[in-house]
Amino acid sequence: MTDSRVVSGWGRTSPVSCRVHEVVAGDVGSVVVAAGGSGAGRGVLARGLGRSYGDAAQASGGDLIRLVDGGIDLDVSTGVVTVDAGTSLDELLRVSVPAGWFVPVTPGTRFVTVGGAIAADVHGKNHHRDGSFGGWVESFDMVLASGELVSVSPVSDPGLFWATVGGMGLTGVIVSARVRMIPVETSRMLVSTRRFGDLDSLMASMTERDDAFRYSVAWVDATVSGRRLGRGVVTWGEHATRDALSGRAGREPLSYAPSQRVGVPGVVGSVGVVRRWNAAAFSEAWFRKAPVSRDGEVQSIPAFFHPLDGVADWNRVYGRRGFVQYQFVVPDTAVDTVRQVLERVVVSKPADFLNVLKRFGAAGDGMLSFPMPGWTLTVDLPVVDGLGALLHELDDMVLSAGGRVYLAKDAHTTPAMITAGYLRLAEWRSVRDRVDPTRVFQSDLARRLAL
Amino acid sequence: MRNATGEHQNVVVFGGTSEIGLAIVTELVTAATRHVVLACRDTPAGETAAAALDLPSGCETHVVAWDATAVHTHADCVDTIVGIVGDLDIVVMAAGVLGSQAQFDDNPTDAGHAVAANMAGPVTTITAAARQMRTQRHGHIVVLSSVAGIRVRAANHVYGSTKAGLDAYAQGLADHLAGTGVNVTIVRPGFVTGRMTNGMKAAPFATTPAAVAVDTARAINRNQRIVHSPGILRWVFLILRHLPNTLWRRIPG
Repeated sequence: MTDSRVVSGWGRTSPVSCRVHEVVAGDVGSVVVAAGGSGAGRGVLARGLGRSYGDAAQASGGDLIRLVDGGIDLDVSTGVVTVDAGTSLDELLRVSVPAGWFVPVTPGTRFVTVGGAIAADVHGKNHHRDGSFGGWVESFDMVLASGELVSVSPVSDPGLFWATVGGMGLTGVIVSARVRMIPVETSRMLVSTRRFGDLDSLMASMTERDDAFRYSVAWVDATVSGRRLGRGVVTWGEHATRDALSGRAGREPLSYAPSQRVGVPGVVGSVGVVRRWNAAAFSEAWFRKAPVSRDGEVQSIPAFFHPLDGVADWNRVYGRRGFVQYQFVVPDTAVDTVRQVLERVVVSKPADFLNVLKRFGAAGDGMLSFPMPGWTLTVDLPVVDGLGALLHELDDMVLSAGGRVYLAKDAHTTPAMITAGYLRLAEWRSVRDRVDPTRVFQSDLARRLAL
Repeated sequence: MRNATGEHQNVVVFGGTSEIGLAIVTELVTAATRHVVLACRDTPAGETAAAALDLPSGCETHVVAWDATAVHTHADCVDTIVGIVGDLDIVVMAAGVLGSQAQFDDNPTDAGHAVAANMAGPVTTITAAARQMRTQRHGHIVVLSSVAGIRVRAANHVYGSTKAGLDAYAQGLADHLAGTGVNVTIVRPGFVTGRMTNGMKAAPFATTPAAVAVDTARAINRNQRIVHSPGILRWVFLILRHLPNTLWRRIPG
């Protein structure tokens, strides 16, 4: 099925019109060849569930491929799953968790596809321990610009493999992948929570305690300044073992059936629920409701990993002009940059509520993968007049600290920022030029950043 | 590409030495801007104007030869610019000659040239740019019209009629492009002090190129179809448009 549709990223900032082809894997080659040979040069791109925030999953005037197959073949003895690229982590978890296997890496939403998870080389709360998604992929099948279907592993073609992991879909269309899952005894999490009144103590605690936990993340308040700057709540977690559970959870340790999502009440179109005047109140309430210290709390997988998935279309709460989710990483040595960025954001008083701080572990091998050892901070910034200038300022701070911004979130930065932040860009380009010399695969992100 | 906050990566101005055109460039340029193209007939003047622009590092300027009256060259000219900058994010049509009605009365050929420069040339060029943007499925076209085209006055009826024609074309184009992702903003300034009006007596509500540029940038950002500059002229001309002709033609100037 093919039709012309207006699409945008999750931040809803730059809607454009594209032709969308909903096809099975076997038909991808013909779509790629037909669109690539049309001569219009508007590009072909795979699009999953549209959860990248900016313009990574759109190609204005071009052709988007949405894979409809959702096959999941899990080997319950080894935990290796062969899965169609259009399958969502949500669908995968519904099959794997009851069988005792969990996805090796999940971002803050389970409504991403496996193909998208590889293309953005997504990370999660366990990055400090387990790295990013691409490190768990044994191989994938992809359709190249020529229309040819190839199987790629880190051994068969390391260049193409690691250019595709984190390659934002610009090397070809992944149609299926073999992914190593991780064993779990239960579908519950054991969570440890600490509340900190300032950024220093919060970061010190993450540095100290992260090694003891598989999962770790912090929420920080971007509405208070001075001594309370960067106050926040850290949660650490582990998959609960069977003997840690009692009662109903103990009798059905692997039960997993997240309920369907509910919408933001009364939302038609978009509404600005979060505003400047109430962002501080939201933040205050969030901070106050967190326990000062609590250990051994049992949480479900959705509550721990995907709290926002319980609120359908939460991206509409920032209003009609959409929002930018700004995420950067700076090396451990640049802790001050995290503070400076936060200070700058607090001063601008955005209607901002969700800010996430996380300490990354070692970088993976993806040439354009985002994570590197250090601190990553994510802030939601609704589009208002003047936001552009603020973002350029933040970019300058990040750049001078030797950091970079995340392509899957980006909607705003400049080519210079990418050249400076992604040191393997030239290597990635040489692989891309080998497999796609005429630039059949394009996205608005690639055009904007001159990738 | 236009980014999430509405910053444009490239800005193309036809009539690239126009004071209003250059003021609009200054207003639209941000740290995200990578290319500014000034398309004009007098390329040395274009180079001078380009050198005087205050641009962020990494932003390139290009001066391209474009003669408003050489309509057969316009499609190629647009292609050349696409070759330089890639996707057209924003195209500003700022070309125009004012002339004087006395001159046109004495020399009717000049009136024909004014129509070519103010209407025919802009129409070919904008049509070519619109074709490119339709393929891109994004882009913004800014057309400098004038309040002089809302109701044409005896004192400058040749100039006024060219702007009336261009304005009408742009409105039709905007409808034609609806749903393609391409937007059109029509700017109707009042009397603008500057090179074009040097030595003329300023009309009521006179404005400056910089002020017109601010209004234009805001209208682009908000995706307004028509903007008057200053804004009050919208209401002034709403009234003037409906004056009985016996009154209208007696208005001095």
